[in-house]
Amino acid sequence: MAAWEPVAEIAAKVRSGDLKAVDLVERSLRAIAEKEEYKAIIAVTADRARERAKQVDEGQNKGRLAGVPFIAKDNFLVFGAEATAASNILKGFNPPYQSSVIEKLEAEGAICVAKANLDAFAHGASTENSDFFTTLNPHDKTRVPGGSSGGSAASVALEMAPFALGTDTGGSTRQPASFSGVVGYKPTYGLMSRSGIVAMGSSLDVVGTFARDVKDASLIIDVMAGRDPLDATTIEREEKGYIDLSGDLKGKKVGIIKEYMGDGLAEDVRGQIEAAVAKMKQAGADVVEVSLPSVPLALAVYYILCPAEVSSNLSRYDGQRYGYSYTDAKDLSESYTKSREFGFGKEAKRRIMIGTYVLSSGYYDAYYKKAQTVRTKLIHEFDEAFKQVDFLVGPVAPTTAFKIGENANNPLAMYLADVMTVAVNLAGVPGISIPCGTANGLPVGLQIIAPQRADRALLEIAMATEGVLA
Amino acid sequence: MANLTRDDVLHLAQLARISLSDDEVNEFSEELSAILQYVEQLSSVDVSDLEPTNQVTGLTNVMRDDEVKDYGYVPEVLLGNVPAVADNQLKVRRMIA
Repeated sequence: MAAWEPVAEIAAKVRSGDLKAVDLVERSLRAIAEKEEYKAIIAVTADRARERAKQVDEGQNKGRLAGVPFIAKDNFLVFGAEATAASNILKGFNPPYQSSVIEKLEAEGAICVAKANLDAFAHGASTENSDFFTTLNPHDKTRVPGGSSGGSAASVALEMAPFALGTDTGGSTRQPASFSGVVGYKPTYGLMSRSGIVAMGSSLDVVGTFARDVKDASLIIDVMAGRDPLDATTIEREEKGYIDLSGDLKGKKVGIIKEYMGDGLAEDVRGQIEAAVAKMKQAGADVVEVSLPSVPLALAVYYILCPAEVSSNLSRYDGQRYGYSYTDAKDLSESYTKSREFGFGKEAKRRIMIGTYVLSSGYYDAYYKKAQTVRTKLIHEFDEAFKQVDFLVGPVAPTTAFKIGENANNPLAMYLADVMTVAVNLAGVPGISIPCGTANGLPVGLQIIAPQRADRALLEIAMATEGVLA
Repeated sequence: MANLTRDDVLHLAQLARISLSDDEVNEFSEELSAILQYVEQLSSVDVSDLEPTNQVTGLTNVMRDDEVKDYGYVPEVLLGNVPAVADNQLKVRRMIA
């Protein structure tokens, strides 16, 4: 299967009539069928995609993404397929409305062709927590693609579509992008609406973008960014937007995060990161080492705040409103407890239980409030670091893609896969993973981080870095 | 140091409105204890001069006009995923025996 053309080029050709949207949709569906063995996809939205493609070809949409097929993580509400979040409890859920960002992409002519696999409710770092199946790494079928947006990352790496959407609560876009060898973008908290996306940790969740390069990603981000009355946490987009990027690395002040380059980092990953940073330096970047002393605490903060928010967000799955309902209950209470027992997978239960514990009376101050306060300390350290440098860099994950089953029986070991990504979510700052070579044949991602609301600047330096790494 | 007994796990499950199998209770008492012991490293961090963060981009009091907007949805569509409906209302089991 040939590689897709750049997104802007596809749309231009569709607008001019040189390419047909219906053919693009068929090409995407064919690629999905041919690569079925990787189990990246939960469902295709073929009927609706074909219908929408026909409308685009009839000239009803001349948008910036006219006829461009894409794949959405299955925690987005999209017409034409169930939205399951890869969970048994949401099997059969038909979206009564669409995610705001899906509406924005459709308004520009993009066409969703499929829903991608994930760890159920986005709880995980490998897709092994999907209630349905595990996605295989596009570069090695015995390994995970990363997670939780593993299906989305793999689908782009496998050329099923030119771009895909994911979410990022603690690394769920950057880490699978790193493991699967594609670009993964996590915006400033609130830059894109979460309306119509299955909620996980509401103070952390953002929409993630997967693409083959930064330029494609920036166009998608430009379409999705900005305030939405349906999500009160959204912020204004930057005046200049996120396209027509320019600039190089000359004179850019870049801080390499000392704490991410310590003992926990695999040697083969370290080699690739150091080589990438050396190339940034050669291209004129002013590279210094920066310390964020509380970063090693970020994972502990995250695994208090995230389960707390999960336990709250997942309380709505009670067997009464939607989703799986246990029918033999003798009363309402048993209907709740049995619907949740049979509907939720083990990781969802684990997080609900942890969240319930840290929020319960007598423990709240010691866990939840303490974690929120250490979060403040961490934010202050990011603020200090960004007084010294324009951007921070480091690895995305301590290792390359791990073997399927390697961490399956040790939830705490699985949580450690997030150790280099969660701080970004806690601070609400934007971060990107761009491919920076391979170690033993497996992709390695370079993480670049910018201050809040500096998404455009981050995309610009990422594009310049991508240029010098190529 | 958090060390969750079987009874602690059962109490938590009751608070979270989840019933658990016997195996799950045993597993969770081990696993959740390990996770809580890991996060307890925060207890030694001094944050006495700091306030907790609730909203990371500093938004406060995001307001909108209190008006009815027509999104074009019909109640039947919005109730389409509800397990049991009667007269356009959610139907639930009896609460009091």
